[in-house]
Amino acid sequence: MTVGNVFFLVASAVALFGACMTVASRSPIRSAVGLLITIVGIAALFLMLNAQFLAAIQLIVYAGAVVVLFVFVIMLLGPDAGDGEGSIARARLARYGAGAFFLLLSLGAAHLVSRSELTPHRFRVAAVGHGSVEGIGTFLFGRAVIPFELATALLIVAVVGAIAVARGKPHARRQVKSASPTARMFNGPLMARDAQRPLPTKAERAAKAAGGM
Amino acid sequence: MSSLGYFVEQYVMLAGALFTLGCVGFLVRRNVLVQLMSIELMLNAVNLMLVAFNRQHMADLNGQVFAFFIIAVAAAEVAVGLAIVLAFYRLKSSVQSDEADQLRH
Repeated sequence: MTVGNVFFLVASAVALFGACMTVASRSPIRSAVGLLITIVGIAALFLMLNAQFLAAIQLIVYAGAVVVLFVFVIMLLGPDAGDGEGSIARARLARYGAGAFFLLLSLGAAHLVSRSELTPHRFRVAAVGHGSVEGIGTFLFGRAVIPFELATALLIVAVVGAIAVARGKPHARRQVKSASPTARMFNGPLMARDAQRPLPTKAERAAKAAGGM
Repeated sequence: MSSLGYFVEQYVMLAGALFTLGCVGFLVRRNVLVQLMSIELMLNAVNLMLVAFNRQHMADLNGQVFAFFIIAVAAAEVAVGLAIVLAFYRLKSSVQSDEADQLRH
């Protein structure tokens, strides 16, 4: 066993463990931590595959931004972010059935691949500078410059769209006036005149009391 | 037999396992947040496979640059997805995907 073998073994085990944790844990915060573990494992595998720049980008973008965004939303939702209790039995059956079907499908594919008579492809010695920042940068600003610019446009549109969707409509944000006077008193403004409701005069109160009886 | 980690097939199998886990998680779980995380898992598996194939065919850096663009698109997707989750939560006070049944009535 060389260092590379052990590195691959540990990184792939970490990635698989994190994936299982993401999928199987009850609490979404544990799922987010599992996703983080998977991402770190895959970044290590990128290093193994001569993709140093992508390993750094993976850690910065996924571990630094995406997982933190998930954790922000989980904390914003609080206890409601967890699994609710009770679901429709037929829907549950459909979900588990679909999951088991896909699992069987991929196990079958793995079986077919392992039965085939392919000779394994060993990696050749890597070219110097394969996957370096210089190489990727030259490619990105040379041949791939148009998709690169389109990606910046996509990110801007996504940020604006995310803010627009998450803020909601302005009239929906305004407080809805409740019909019940008790709710108005306890949830509304403290002073009656703040709610544009002048206090009833003594004569009005007397008339209301007489009408109520 | 020091071969572990130096064959493209091993990376393809690992990526397939990760993709399967992500897909099963997306299908089985009904928490929208966990479903979004499962999508991230699938995208990561595909990235790993692209980079492994690029290591096998080193004529250019197409695979790695493709993975770079996938990372950018995944970041945008997560931002919009979580905004939709927040809007859905404001509507239903829940993040379970089977609560999203407005079209049914």
